[in-house]
Amino acid sequence: MLMPSESSAPTPLELERHRPYLLRFALLQLRDRSAAEDAVQDTLLAAIQSAARFAGQSSVRTWLVGILKHKVIDGIRKTSRERPPDPGSAADTGEDLDVFFADDGHFAEIPETWASPERSLEERRFFEALERCLQALPKNTATAFTMRELMGLETEEICKELGISTSNCWVMLYRARMGLRACLERTWFQPGGGSDKGERLG
Amino acid sequence: MIFRLTCKEASRLISQGMDRRLSITEKIGLRLHVGICDACTRFTSQVKFLRDALKAFPGPDDPEKR
Repeated sequence: MLMPSESSAPTPLELERHRPYLLRFALLQLRDRSAAEDAVQDTLLAAIQSAARFAGQSSVRTWLVGILKHKVIDGIRKTSRERPPDPGSAADTGEDLDVFFADDGHFAEIPETWASPERSLEERRFFEALERCLQALPKNTATAFTMRELMGLETEEICKELGISTSNCWVMLYRARMGLRACLERTWFQPGGGSDKGERLG
Repeated sequence: MIFRLTCKEASRLISQGMDRRLSITEKIGLRLHVGICDACTRFTSQVKFLRDALKAFPGPDDPEKR
């Protein structure tokens, strides 16, 4: 008489345990604690209501993140409705990015080789460094970037939600990548600062 | 030469290649440049790594992985 779906349905207590994880995810995207807490609260409520329908094909966490993404997008829509249209954002040519290059178009500071970056993904401290680097970006730039890479949205959707042109969107994502890689190189992959000092290539 | 890109132009295209399909001309230009440029080769793998890092966010934390 036990349905398989009943035995695998997560209890509210089990779901609650994922709250800190979900909050970090929502905070990275929304950059606003109360908006992030709202999104997580809505997620957990929706999950409790539909726990019986949890198919058990993915992990509970993956399932929750899937719900959270929808709630976070709702949150982004809400803030973009409240924000007055920004006349200054008409054409973002990315001139500020010139600082990364010399006059002849070469990198002003050559990107270094990063020592086994994939190992960083196993370190909690790396993600804290990544969060700090994201916080150092202009707000809209970080929002566009996390919509692209954290939420996995396509550029067209991002432009629509942020009310910007496609080319502005590409410039923003480019700015985010330039800023983040420079920041991570400086604060995490420091070639001169770590144990791999000796293996720097000329 | 339309195919001769600077690092500035190449890095912009490398980034856009993560977000849209590049044209054949852009692809050829990029391949010719990246093939001889260590800086842009590293830049390419670093922006790909950024994608992996955001996919893995928030990384290893809570012990329960269900």
